[in-house]
Amino acid sequence: MSSFAGTRALVRLALRRDRVILPVFLAVVVLMVASGASATIALYPDAASRSQAVTLINSAASTLAMYGPIRDPNSIGALSIFKLGMMGVLAVAVFAARIVVRHTRAEEETGRLELLGAAVVGRRAPLTAGAIVSVGASVVAGLLSAAGLFAAGLPGTGSALFGAGMAAVGILGAAFGAVAAQITMSARAAAGIATAAIAVAYAVRGVADAAPDGALAWLSWCSPLGWWQQIRPYAGDRAWPLALIVALAVVLLAAAYALATRRDFAGSLVADRAGRAGGARWLRSPLGLVWRLQRGSFAVWVASFAVVGVVFGSLSGSAGDFLDSPGARDLFEKFGGVGFVTDAFLSVEMAFVGIAAAVFGLQSALRARAEETSLRAEPVLATATTRVRWLGAHLVAALVATVALLVVVGVTAGLTSAASVDTPHQFWRVLTAGLIQAPAVFVVIGIGIAGFGIAGRLGVSGWVALSTFVILGEFGRLLSLPQWLIDLSPFAHTPRLPGAPLSWIPVAWLAAIALGLFGVGLARFRARDVSS
Amino acid sequence: MDAAIRIENLTKTFGRTRALDGLDLEVKVGEVHGLLGPNGAGKSTTIRVLLGLQKADSGVARLLGGDPWRDVEALHRRLAYVPGEVMLWPNLSGGEVIDLLGRLRGGLDPKRRADLLERFDLDPTKKSRAYSKGNRQKVALVAALASDVELLLLDEPTAGLDPLMDAVFRDSIRDFRDRGRTIFLASHILSEVEALADRVSIIRDGKTVDVGSLGDMRHLARLSISADVPHGADAIAKTKGVHDFRAQGGRVEFGVDPGDLSGALAALAKAGATSLTSHPPTLEEIFLRHYSDGAAGGASEAAVAS
Repeated sequence: MSSFAGTRALVRLALRRDRVILPVFLAVVVLMVASGASATIALYPDAASRSQAVTLINSAASTLAMYGPIRDPNSIGALSIFKLGMMGVLAVAVFAARIVVRHTRAEEETGRLELLGAAVVGRRAPLTAGAIVSVGASVVAGLLSAAGLFAAGLPGTGSALFGAGMAAVGILGAAFGAVAAQITMSARAAAGIATAAIAVAYAVRGVADAAPDGALAWLSWCSPLGWWQQIRPYAGDRAWPLALIVALAVVLLAAAYALATRRDFAGSLVADRAGRAGGARWLRSPLGLVWRLQRGSFAVWVASFAVVGVVFGSLSGSAGDFLDSPGARDLFEKFGGVGFVTDAFLSVEMAFVGIAAAVFGLQSALRARAEETSLRAEPVLATATTRVRWLGAHLVAALVATVALLVVVGVTAGLTSAASVDTPHQFWRVLTAGLIQAPAVFVVIGIGIAGFGIAGRLGVSGWVALSTFVILGEFGRLLSLPQWLIDLSPFAHTPRLPGAPLSWIPVAWLAAIALGLFGVGLARFRARDVSS
Repeated sequence: MDAAIRIENLTKTFGRTRALDGLDLEVKVGEVHGLLGPNGAGKSTTIRVLLGLQKADSGVARLLGGDPWRDVEALHRRLAYVPGEVMLWPNLSGGEVIDLLGRLRGGLDPKRRADLLERFDLDPTKKSRAYSKGNRQKVALVAALASDVELLLLDEPTAGLDPLMDAVFRDSIRDFRDRGRTIFLASHILSEVEALADRVSIIRDGKTVDVGSLGDMRHLARLSISADVPHGADAIAKTKGVHDFRAQGGRVEFGVDPGDLSGALAALAKAGATSLTSHPPTLEEIFLRHYSDGAAGGASEAAVAS
């Protein structure tokens, strides 16, 4: 039996399982990139307005850290993709990594692969099938994005290179996923490792780009996303960085194959250690169980938020170099920041932190859904644990942990920012700016919990809502969407601290809405069948 | 309180499927009650309604004198449940799972826990993802049996156990019953129910089709007889109450209605039988009698009627 036997059948199975998520994801990425480009073209009709915008963007540390510099002030293409390009490529990389894990380690962990493995399936077939689907999706995303940009009226060469760059980073994401799936026995951990690797690559080039006067330019070369930036579509059009990215992906994939063929079925590079013979003293309540299950991932998030806080806090000082002109202020208002530049920088970054905290909070609260579908909720609910206590434990844990993350980022950013600027009470101002994100995050968690309470599969409504809010917040102005639509997002109502006045009324409203949603979720979950 | 479980005319539908269709059931305190039925008969749905995990559409379900949908916390302190498909948290050890489930139920007896771990030969330090199906089932069984509860609900609890562990399981269930506790055992494994149950309810398509002790049920079913007879096999075939007659060489095999046994024995004697074995109907045969649709079922119904 060839070690690739059965690959074709596994690819078909994967496509069948992903028949909804693949087209939806591709459509969202491509539409955002293409419509963002045509909106930018409309927004900056002449060369003067373009070069002014580019000068401003290139001098703001916050935008440099998040999206990187624009290399050609006269290129409308480079301006069009500076924001959507980075975000789109990141999304494709994370998606590609998760697709590979989903069809390899996750299948192995649940034992479904064993069922297939007993049929005619070669040792290398599952990894190959996962990689084919993921690489295929990345290439299609690249092709469609290139076509979309070209259709929006941008030059062909730059569009083709942008699409190729997106495909290459997607392939690299798939390779990260393939290696991560061999390292650990848990699919959740594997997806986390791959996502963390991509996040590190993003953060490394962010620090390099934001450093004043290009002092850390060499650091950018340590990140494959830094290589991706060197493609410079519409601003130099270079193809050779593509080869670097693909070469790294090939090396990683080869390593993944080497690990996959050497290890046992369901084995891993990092072997499981023996566990405790009995439960710890505190493992005696639903809340204790949730803590036991999620403490590992929580620790990783705490560490990441601490790093993010330190980076943002220390960058906030250099944001003061930014030109204080009406044009600059106008631009920052477009990004949602108001007031002085350091404050504006911090308020933009804290809004970003709020989104990240919502991702964590939702993921944590919706573990309830995973517990239900995997039949692990059933034995717990068959003990003297009521539905409300069980779901309440997931909810409380998610809320407390989210606030803890905001405190971590607020304290780290507050200490480092207070050290680099002279504003009085800077520590408390920054800490408040972090904590003020909580009510909007709670609303997102509430939407997920309410959906889950009504019917388990509606838990996904939390993710749908969060993606919609992010798109509205990031691109609503750019796409000139009506204000009422943009205002649907709870994040639009979070006071932009520090800098903007702290108004309690919207905060109180957000908190009340969140509480109402929690109530709906708990009450409806009490009244429905637990799915079997 | 006379009944541990009392179900009357219970119905539950999922979309267009009718999982329970007027089910009746009574489990007495202190008995091992078997719930027998093929896959899809409604066994798991019955247990899930009893656990308050699913809400019945109509009918009465009472558990330990309470309402299983409303009195979740009070009732669940007094019972333990072992699902057929035991799914555990991959990164928790077996020992952690046992302690957690026991404590959530209101505590477990550490001495019995240690004793059960030894009897079931289970290593509690292993992470759950490393356990086989059988070992995951042992984790759930130890957690349930080590708890001090009045009622055990078991949903096909031995599907993954090897024969040796099956015997340990049966001993543990008998010990539990001997302490005056009640056990409700849903299964399609006939030998298991046959070995353990005092009374059996047979369900099919969400309805109860037969209830009683195995002795009662056997009484209604035929005995199987095989014998070596040198001559006159044809006369046996024509005897009243003999069915499914087969003869090959000098050997005959047939089933006989309990009331006509003496006639069949006389015919065997006349034929000069040199050896004879008879065995009572197995649960399997009782079971098949209830489940055989079509020609075979019709024939046996007619035979019983005559």
